[in-house]
Amino acid sequence: MTDPSPAGLETPYSKSTPALAFAGVSMVFPDGTHALRETTFEVHPGEFVTVVGPSGCGKSTLLRIASGLNPATRGSVTVDRSSLGYVFQDATLLPWRNVLRNVELMAELEGVPKEERRKRALDAIQLVGLAGAESKYPKQLSGGMKMRASLARSLVLSPKVFLFDEPFGAVDEITRERLNDEVIKLFQLEGFAGLFITHSISEAVFLSTRVLVMSARPGHIVADFPVPFAYPRDPELRFDPAFAELSGRISHELRGVHS
Amino acid sequence: MTGTTVAGTGLAHTPPEVALELVGPEEKRRAGKREISRFIGPPIVFLLFLGIWQYMHESGMRTLFDKPGFLIPSPVTVFNDSFVMAKARGNLLNGVKWTAVVALLGLAITIVIGMFLAVVMSQARWAERSFYPYLVALQAIPVLAIVPIIQSVFGGGMQPRLFVCYMIAFFPIVTNTLFGLQSADAGQHDLFTLRGASRWTRLFKLQVPAALPAVFTGFRISAGLSVIGAVVGEQFFRKGDKPGIGIVMEQYRQKNIYPQVYGGLLLASGLGILFFLVFGWIGRRVVGHWYEVSGKPG
Repeated sequence: MTDPSPAGLETPYSKSTPALAFAGVSMVFPDGTHALRETTFEVHPGEFVTVVGPSGCGKSTLLRIASGLNPATRGSVTVDRSSLGYVFQDATLLPWRNVLRNVELMAELEGVPKEERRKRALDAIQLVGLAGAESKYPKQLSGGMKMRASLARSLVLSPKVFLFDEPFGAVDEITRERLNDEVIKLFQLEGFAGLFITHSISEAVFLSTRVLVMSARPGHIVADFPVPFAYPRDPELRFDPAFAELSGRISHELRGVHS
Repeated sequence: MTGTTVAGTGLAHTPPEVALELVGPEEKRRAGKREISRFIGPPIVFLLFLGIWQYMHESGMRTLFDKPGFLIPSPVTVFNDSFVMAKARGNLLNGVKWTAVVALLGLAITIVIGMFLAVVMSQARWAERSFYPYLVALQAIPVLAIVPIIQSVFGGGMQPRLFVCYMIAFFPIVTNTLFGLQSADAGQHDLFTLRGASRWTRLFKLQVPAALPAVFTGFRISAGLSVIGAVVGEQFFRKGDKPGIGIVMEQYRQKNIYPQVYGGLLLASGLGILFFLVFGWIGRRVVGHWYEVSGKPG
């Protein structure tokens, strides 16, 4: 396993209380599928941690357990769920609500008064670059716009922890890169602790302060790579030799997992 | 006879019905090229139909079935005697009015009870499992077979006719509403679970809105069926002071006056089509701005 705090990299958060902590979490589904095995890691405030791993290794299960959607079979999860942000693989917008009312949804379910949640929703829509599309219905939106609305919906809760479950897997490469820039901007502005799931190594490296590599099922964290690049990250970073070198090491680790 | 018709209309048609009626602007544009055949095809079929009708009147009945031609009056006679002659027109229109009243009332009550049952069934797996077999059983009962029972329980008047409407229109309302309430996808449910939404919040903010397209499909199917139910009911239960179109038709038939029987038939189907169209229109007004059919072949 890679040293979590290599020389030369500042880790100001390592002594803080983690925003999200998994301790020895195992997950066995009722049908006998062993999804996670003894998974232990922490995400500290100000960290953006991405988990990469082979398909079906239990990455999404990790988020479902973190959010409380599924209870873990064993182990413990520590996280404040009162203002959890969560974006799914699909935008999961409600088709009968326009963008504004979709973005308001989480705050509405949380019981935030109408005036207040409308104001927050308009701010969030502005933030994700959807201003002007407030009254559009999901069927009128492109895949990228739907994901932006989905991001905004979580932002209205001002989340301290933000979970991303392969949110940009279905959009084209160019849109994905734009949305990555958007996520970084939000991460810097909002200061949430991020936990991001993807199978794209370059997306993982580009976004994160730390990349965790998971083994095939039952999922298990097998490597932990700190990402040393400063924020805000320029799209050109993707062509930096250091970026390529780190991506290569992660890829190697992933392939090692496969064989 | 009615039993099987209804079962077929109610269940088998559900998904394609949704797909056919609520079509977005994209599809409409793509369909533009078929526009011409759309306007030419139906009149041709209609003329063909009139031709066969006229042929049956003039010689078909005699040569094919060895029956007198007056049993199928010519289209012109039917039109004249039913809709031009003032007295017959008055009788028939009055009849169709009462049929409409029974069908609408029957439909309204069916909708209230049917949707309530669907909501109950959607809330618990055991409720769905418990009720469903009996719904199917109800669906399989031929109205004809229980006419004597309905007769002895309700006697004459509107009651037994309404009962036939419920029996025929109930199933599509329940199944379509239930299908709709269960149509919200797992991810949307997860959102509500994340924020700890109550059963009621989930029902009213997620399941009910998600159900609306299917609900309106159910309304539309049942609206047509309710008219059939009302007419069928009238054929069986003729006593009472509010003669519907079925009763008026039967009165003419007993006097061996056939044109008005066919006129009544046309009016009754016209009423069914009108109901179907009106509910289709209301449905499009309510959900058309957001509902989009996915996976429709171009």
